[in-house]
Amino acid sequence: MNPERARRALLDALSSVAPEADYEHLRADRPLRDQIDLDSFDFLKVIVQLHDVLGIDIPESDYQKLATLEGAVSYLAARAGTGSGA
Amino acid sequence: MIEFRMPSLGADMEYGTLVEWNVKPGQKVKRGDVVAIVETQKGAVEVEIWDDGIVDQLVTEPGTKLPVGGVLAVLRGENEAPLAPYTPAPAQAARRERISPAARKRAAELGLDLERIAPSGADGVISLADVERAAVTAPRAPEDKSAAMRQAIGAAMARSKREIPHYYLGTTIDASAALDWLERSNRERPVAQRVLFAAVLLRAVALSLKDFQELNGFWSEGRFQPAAAVHLGVGIALRGGGLIAPAIRDAGRKSLTEIMTALSDLIQRARSGALRSSELTDATVTVTNLGEQGVDMVYGVIYPPQVSLVGFGRVAARPWAVDGRIEVRRTVHASLSADHRASVGHRGALFLGALERLLQEPEKLA
Repeated sequence: MNPERARRALLDALSSVAPEADYEHLRADRPLRDQIDLDSFDFLKVIVQLHDVLGIDIPESDYQKLATLEGAVSYLAARAGTGSGA
Repeated sequence: MIEFRMPSLGADMEYGTLVEWNVKPGQKVKRGDVVAIVETQKGAVEVEIWDDGIVDQLVTEPGTKLPVGGVLAVLRGENEAPLAPYTPAPAQAARRERISPAARKRAAELGLDLERIAPSGADGVISLADVERAAVTAPRAPEDKSAAMRQAIGAAMARSKREIPHYYLGTTIDASAALDWLERSNRERPVAQRVLFAAVLLRAVALSLKDFQELNGFWSEGRFQPAAAVHLGVGIALRGGGLIAPAIRDAGRKSLTEIMTALSDLIQRARSGALRSSELTDATVTVTNLGEQGVDMVYGVIYPPQVSLVGFGRVAARPWAVDGRIEVRRTVHASLSADHRASVGHRGALFLGALERLLQEPEKLA
């Protein structure tokens, strides 16, 4: 999948869960959780939304690959590209 | 006649503003029905009624700010004749702002506090023009609200620290078995039905409390009153600041899946302002999970009139001694803050021990 589409889906999911965060100044290489106030419940909502929008089932063991924006975008782009999504 | 009063939705509430009525005069109601929406410092709450009867008169108009205990409506029994017109006590009536309906609606849209709007006309009634003028100068309610919430939490916590002789215990628990078990069972679940470890911890606390009734209940009227069921208060951070601790009712009898469902529902309604009054008043013990924000441990302040609070820190991989060797295990720090009037440290320690043992046998938590 085109990384831009993955990035947009991720930012959409994050901003629907945490609308008050500053997405303009988000550092792509820093942990998302340091920049956006997300608890495990919020994070699960992001995972569910990504599943609904991109059709990717992200197992819990892969959660750490979504720690930063750039990590998450390349993970999502690669996962969707392999066609392993539902 | 039964007076239906502004409920106290927690130790930190002083006032509530009636937003709307869900009932009309002449309507039959039964205990547990949601009859009104009340705006509190912690958001809008669906207020349930505690008696059966017929709504006789709605004493308070929407938009009115009332102190806790102020009369909202009066009910009559099913076989009772309609009551004489009800006159609220003068102290209550004095809080009613005189305002035109259009102005009231506009002030609500703008989030303005009616107490801060001065009427300009000789009749003393706040007009639409007064509201528009106030909108330019008055501070917006959201700023007011978070300050009000901080103040309310501060008052409740000051009362807790003044009145409750806290004792504190803590222990680090090897959570590997419980986490491995949870991750295995989550692999079998659709994404939207995954269970969070937070729900496992809540279930473990609810089950462990069954043998420690001196930790579950209220301190009131100078003595401890144990509760028959575990209504588990859950500390929920609100976006934009603030904290609320509504209850998962009868958590001791809910399965893990049911606890997870209840938790999701509670978090979403807490954040959108649609909690029920009973959820804010029923908690018999509270759990705080500040580990979600990255701290290793938390020792909380008991929420009166409860007598204990369980805190969990962050789950992380840490060195752990096993059979004389160091292994990396995922551990979590659990703490108990408890009221020394209701329990002793020895029992509190046994409770944390029971909690730790239960987390080593996660299949018992299903």
